[in-house]
Amino acid sequence: MRLREIPLTAWIGILGILFAFFCAVFASLIAPFGEREIVAGVWEPANELYLLGTDNLGRDLLSRLIYGAQTTLFVSLAASILSFSIGIFLSFTAAVSGGPIDQGLSRLNDLMMSIPTLIFALVVLAVLPQNIFILIAVMAILDSTRVYRLGRAVALDIAVMEFVEAAKLRGEGRMWIIFREILPNALSPLLAEFGLRFAFSILFLSTLSFLGLGIQPPAADWGGMVKDNKDGIIFGIQAALIPGGAIAALAVCVNMVVDWLLKRTSSLKGGRGDA
Amino acid sequence: MPDLLSVRDLRIGATIFPPGEDPQDIDIVHGISFDLQKGKVLGLIGESGAGKSTIGLAALAYGRGGVRITGGEVLLDGKDILSMNKKGIRSIRGARVCYVAQSAAASFNPAHKLGDQVIESSIEHGLMTREEARKRADYLFEILGLPDPHNFGDRYPHQVSGGQLQRAMTAMALCSNPELIVFDEPTTALDVTTQIDVLAAIKNAIEKTGTAALYITHDLAVVAQISDDIMVLRNGDTVEYGPVKQIIENPRQDYTKALVNVRQTKLAEARDQSDALLKVENISAAYGNGVQVLHDVSLHVPRGQTLAVVGESGSGKSTLARVITGLLPPFKGKVTFVDEELSAEQKKRSRDHLRRIQLIYQMADTAMNPRQTVGQIIGRPLQFYFGMRGAARKAKVIELLDEIEMGETFYDRYPAELSGGQKQRVAIARALAAKPELILCDEPTSALDPLVAEGILDLLMRLQKERQVSYLFITHDIAIVRAIADSVAVMLQGKLVDFGPRSEVLNPPFDDYTDLLLKSVPEMKLGWLENVLATRKMESAGH
Amino acid sequence: MANPLAGVYAARHRLKESHPLTVLIVERLGLSLLLLWAVSVLIFAGIEALPGDFAQTYLGQSATPQSIANIRADLGLDRPITTRYFEWLGGVVQGDFGNSWASGAPVTEQITKRLGNSLFLAFFAAAISVPLAVGLGMVAVHYRNRIPDRVINILSLAAISLPEFFIGYLLIVFFAVQLGVATFPSTVYDGMPWSERMAAIALPTATLVMVVLAHMMRMTRAAIISVMSSAYMETAELKGLGAFKAIVKHAAPNAIAPIVNVVALNLAYLVVGVVVVEVVFVYPGMGQYMVDAVTVRDMPVVQACGLIFAAVYILLNMVADLVAIIANPRLRHPR
Repeated sequence: MRLREIPLTAWIGILGILFAFFCAVFASLIAPFGEREIVAGVWEPANELYLLGTDNLGRDLLSRLIYGAQTTLFVSLAASILSFSIGIFLSFTAAVSGGPIDQGLSRLNDLMMSIPTLIFALVVLAVLPQNIFILIAVMAILDSTRVYRLGRAVALDIAVMEFVEAAKLRGEGRMWIIFREILPNALSPLLAEFGLRFAFSILFLSTLSFLGLGIQPPAADWGGMVKDNKDGIIFGIQAALIPGGAIAALAVCVNMVVDWLLKRTSSLKGGRGDA
Repeated sequence: MPDLLSVRDLRIGATIFPPGEDPQDIDIVHGISFDLQKGKVLGLIGESGAGKSTIGLAALAYGRGGVRITGGEVLLDGKDILSMNKKGIRSIRGARVCYVAQSAAASFNPAHKLGDQVIESSIEHGLMTREEARKRADYLFEILGLPDPHNFGDRYPHQVSGGQLQRAMTAMALCSNPELIVFDEPTTALDVTTQIDVLAAIKNAIEKTGTAALYITHDLAVVAQISDDIMVLRNGDTVEYGPVKQIIENPRQDYTKALVNVRQTKLAEARDQSDALLKVENISAAYGNGVQVLHDVSLHVPRGQTLAVVGESGSGKSTLARVITGLLPPFKGKVTFVDEELSAEQKKRSRDHLRRIQLIYQMADTAMNPRQTVGQIIGRPLQFYFGMRGAARKAKVIELLDEIEMGETFYDRYPAELSGGQKQRVAIARALAAKPELILCDEPTSALDPLVAEGILDLLMRLQKERQVSYLFITHDIAIVRAIADSVAVMLQGKLVDFGPRSEVLNPPFDDYTDLLLKSVPEMKLGWLENVLATRKMESAGH
Repeated sequence: MANPLAGVYAARHRLKESHPLTVLIVERLGLSLLLLWAVSVLIFAGIEALPGDFAQTYLGQSATPQSIANIRADLGLDRPITTRYFEWLGGVVQGDFGNSWASGAPVTEQITKRLGNSLFLAFFAAAISVPLAVGLGMVAVHYRNRIPDRVINILSLAAISLPEFFIGYLLIVFFAVQLGVATFPSTVYDGMPWSERMAAIALPTATLVMVVLAHMMRMTRAAIISVMSSAYMETAELKGLGAFKAIVKHAAPNAIAPIVNVVALNLAYLVVGVVVVEVVFVYPGMGQYMVDAVTVRDMPVVQACGLIFAAVYILLNMVADLVAIIANPRLRHPR
């Protein structure tokens, strides 16, 4: 892949994502104040000391934003990696095995998908104890249904190709067929799907936190920060908009990269060729 | 007599978008000129990429996709349609010049009745009232030999067969009484026995209505039956242009000569066929949905020779190959290979059995993993069956590449960088790498241009001579059977209708279906179509 | 060895040959009912299977074994789960969702009013977003790969990335706080004058429109492009039909089904959007009711809301599928 083939929008996206990860990894070094440190009055406007002002408890907004990147990125990345692993594993197993295994998994998936994700999450989180790992697991399992559907379609598309049949006829084992014949051809669409899942996880986590069911205070997380500061909106205090904007910016960045990946995937397949 | 259509120095270009590169402008047609008089038929012939469809569409001032006409004139009755405005062009399309596409199935709108689509342009251009148009459509359905012509128009496209759709599309083109029709490979997608009927119907309709036509095809034998003149095209240039008689009987250019002489026999004399390498006995097979596709088929492949299995779509010939490979276990019968019975299921076969029977597919494109290089594709069987690695493996791959006349430079290429013929050669090399005794060839040349296919057949024959490998060659093309087969099996709807040495099957006395099949294959002779139709008429009168 | 079911299968096969449309529609309706039932099991029984004791959480620090047992007995949690499920299901079928644990009031009463409010909001959002999305999709196709299409593409990509609550607060800051032209919070009550009610829902409606618009637009664009690039559209052009006529006569009949499909799928997406938007605007609908119930773990309310949201979602997905089935000429006119 040559670098100059990457369009400008994708570059912006990549740089934005890298910047967010940089903030997350080096949060304790860059942040001017502590995550939970009350430094000033409530909702102080931006000034030299508090570059973005302070929040509803008088904590430095910029510092919380930087620490928030840590939580938000960690949870959404963990959830998307987990959901991706579950989805791909089950979908490839279903596609290659076929028969009752495929039927069973696919019908269960249909059932899970017949309830909107957010509603399902609300119902489940109403019962389960509030804990960051349970949160990641719930997000991952619910989202893995989407990965499963795509993974199965992609794997089935490739599994019926003649080169896979040729490998079977040669006598190759199932592992060779999955990892050497199918997976290399599925990487492109799967990579795009991973990006899509990551963007969705960021938005989903933020929504849950905003509704008070995601990351619990006093830990900083962008969705939760919107919730903390939303009451200021009516008084013209825009502290809630800053973390909201951060979520939006990160999701836009991820989507711009995904958009490019998707276009690349479809152009590899080639269009309708006419002589 | 003034020319109806006169094309002067036509130039056509296109913008292509190679993945990962900047868009490029390329020239597809470089200055083509021809004339067509009223009521005459000009055949445009060439292989893929010759620019023949593009030229045909230029007669409607149309460029498909990123194609645009960059220069020259297309004069219809002396007026250049390329310089007309949109409205002018629209008044010509569908009224004075009509188009018949290769895939009628895709070209009809699935949401409307056939009749309404056939008469649409006549009414749209105000040429007839709805009643008149309907009457004409009925008449056209009748002369095109469609069943129940008065009610045929009430059907939807998915309710009729492929051959009928193709005829309906011809009716759609003829309905508005156009001066010119562009036929773009109208019979290519059809079976031979259907093709001859559609061809006859088109020829009959052209004669009865007195329209002129541009007939585009890659099959010289087809176009010889229907044209007055022929233009041979290659890579957007004219190779040869003249009356059909001269082109067929006295071609001047080497390329045309090669096209005319394609598929001369490659076999010397009949060989002894008693030594059977593979025996198929009483095979009956059905798909998972319970539909039976093979009925009690028995045949054998002689050692070191070629058995051609010939039949049309739905004859079960490819299914037979799937049974032999073990991909589709039969519910009755057995397959014996060198006196050992093969397990019905591929998964239960020994690695040695798998190695000794290899398969070559019709579409080399999908038969090779696009993410593997030529070296990996050919090298894998060497490693898998013989444990070859590293330098030894590479040396062997290069040896095989030389054997298929490609060479070391291709070692690191990906399939996408190869031409169709090269891909098929790599597929052959992959099969050879396993040192097989039998290669099942499933229509390996039918997706290729005639001369490329010729090269592949030559290669296969040479390899047989050198390696004593046997072929079970599946095809729909009798001409190939004539050229390469030692013995022939003819299949129809899952049944074996004829089987034996080539000299017996392809010579009288014939089985009825074999006879029909043989007579349906267009021959590179003028007047072949008339003769066949005349014989048919006599026979049916005699019965 | 005659299979007793063979006759049934054969009859079904014959019916499918002669009336494929009817068979498919009946099958799809049946599937929806089955799904709905399975969802009810999942929502009721599945939750019971998860770890976590309601009474324990409910009482928090002050829990003693005795008080926990009392609460469990009060709520009927000490009885077997199957009994409770069938009691609950029996009630649900008759429109009775039981009593709220938090307030003790009947859930159905609350839900009826709030469901009306939510549907009212969703209806206006749909009425605005559907024509807008289809129109913009057509514009994008018309200018395919040119400037207007790219602008629409980038804007819609951005819109997809914005969380619902962010859009909501942006609109509030701009229209309610800075310009002062809109109402916030969006309180509605019985007997509220029509004009005031409309003013109250203006911002939430706008938010919902923005939430679904981009998705719907992008999917509409893809659906139209797929129809426009069919070979039969080329046939129409080569028949000399004008662009407008070709679209009306040949593209529209084939494009309607995929577009209606897209619309139904996105209306299903509105279900989710409504939850967040109601919380942002403090709008008394189902979504807010459910979120409040989840925070206090008021299970009868959570289950009722979950089931209703899922039912709406299943219903809309079913409509999308039915439209696709009915619009298919192969099924309408069998061979």
